[in-house]
Amino acid sequence: MSDSTLKGENVHLWRGDRHVLRGVHFSITGGHCLQLTGPNGAGKTTLLRTVCGLSYPEEGRISWRGTDVRADLPAFHAQLAYLGHEPPLKLELTARENLHYWVGVRRRLSKAGIDEALERVGAARWADRPVRTLSAGQKRRAALAGLTLMRVPLWLLDEPTTNLDTEGQRLVGRLIDEHLAEGGLAIAAVHHELTVSAQGLRRLELQL
Amino acid sequence: MSEDPQAPSALALARLMLTRDLKLASRKASQLVQPLAFFAIVITLFPLAVTPELAKLRHIAPGVVWAAALLSSLLALEFLFRDDAQDGTLEQYALSGRSLTGLLIAKTAAHWLLTGLPLALMAPLAGAALGIPNAALPGVLASVTIGTVTLSLIGAVGAALTLGVRRAGALLSLLTLPLEIPVLIFGARAMKLAIAARPYGAPLTLLAGLAVLGLTLAPLAVAAAVRINLE
Repeated sequence: MSDSTLKGENVHLWRGDRHVLRGVHFSITGGHCLQLTGPNGAGKTTLLRTVCGLSYPEEGRISWRGTDVRADLPAFHAQLAYLGHEPPLKLELTARENLHYWVGVRRRLSKAGIDEALERVGAARWADRPVRTLSAGQKRRAALAGLTLMRVPLWLLDEPTTNLDTEGQRLVGRLIDEHLAEGGLAIAAVHHELTVSAQGLRRLELQL
Repeated sequence: MSEDPQAPSALALARLMLTRDLKLASRKASQLVQPLAFFAIVITLFPLAVTPELAKLRHIAPGVVWAAALLSSLLALEFLFRDDAQDGTLEQYALSGRSLTGLLIAKTAAHWLLTGLPLALMAPLAGAALGIPNAALPGVLASVTIGTVTLSLIGAVGAALTLGVRRAGALLSLLTLPLEIPVLIFGARAMKLAIAARPYGAPLTLLAGLAVLGLTLAPLAVAAAVRINLE
């Protein structure tokens, strides 16, 4: 995966008459995490959604491994995992069932694989409770378990540490570190510094 | 699309989607019961309001059953994509690298199984209560079964288009009801012919034709509408 490069060149995007992304440039390669910072409304979420192809930039391009991601979006999507503000979980299902139906769309999962992922984020004890009864932090952990289960090189994370306790925030750092060690890439929009090892960390600050 | 050997086959994917929606539905049964209860109540209103005479009721029964089925299917539509849109599930589908069209067809199929089929199974009961002779009940069942397929498909387009709208109910009915009128006409016609003990194959065939048309066009429209709403 060492040849994986994600590049954004001169990305412009308007929301109505607001020029949210004004010529954003970035480039990261395997083993690196790009930490997106900036005040509320600076366009961190917008940039993440643009990178994963949910929003169309008016100008500029996003390229993955040298080719424009628009050329084959499904193939690009198969390589990325996006975690938004809200964990994409069904309240009526248990954490385990959620992983089965959510990540199961992408790849075949074994029971052991799901168990291991739940164990990794410290969710084993409450994995069989309906998500409705879980705290916001527990939901976030369940979502992180889903992220690790996807086994994709590119992680796009919007506020991954929201609602997590200090141990949970370190867990996010640890998961990203392990992901980078395997040659993966990550972009994370954050308000608090990630606890990621310094040599893999790149920064991009968006201005209002 | 993706040549990943780890990826589940289209069939496995459809099964996954179906079992997911069936399980979800079983955990919030009230959403399922509501449209059916509504259907039953509308049907019972007519003998009370018009006349208890079966001979006269039989005359209006096809229209009553079909109008009630149409309205109650509309009631069920609001739940089709709303929850999945709110919790980000649709977004995950759109970013899964799998065909969004395919995933949404499976979802619409599950919706028909959970709302259209129960309605179709209830229709003969409602028909019998309105004085439709037993010999005509298979015709009632066939007409509502085939018709609800089209209703689910047209409804899915409407539900997808109104995803971003709060309190979408009224807009949804404005969008979908005019498109559903052919189903109402041919569905009621088939039922009327069945009651008169005449062959009702022709309107049923037209209903089936509408279902096939919906099946070919609606999934594309649904996927496009969902994508627009995610942006």
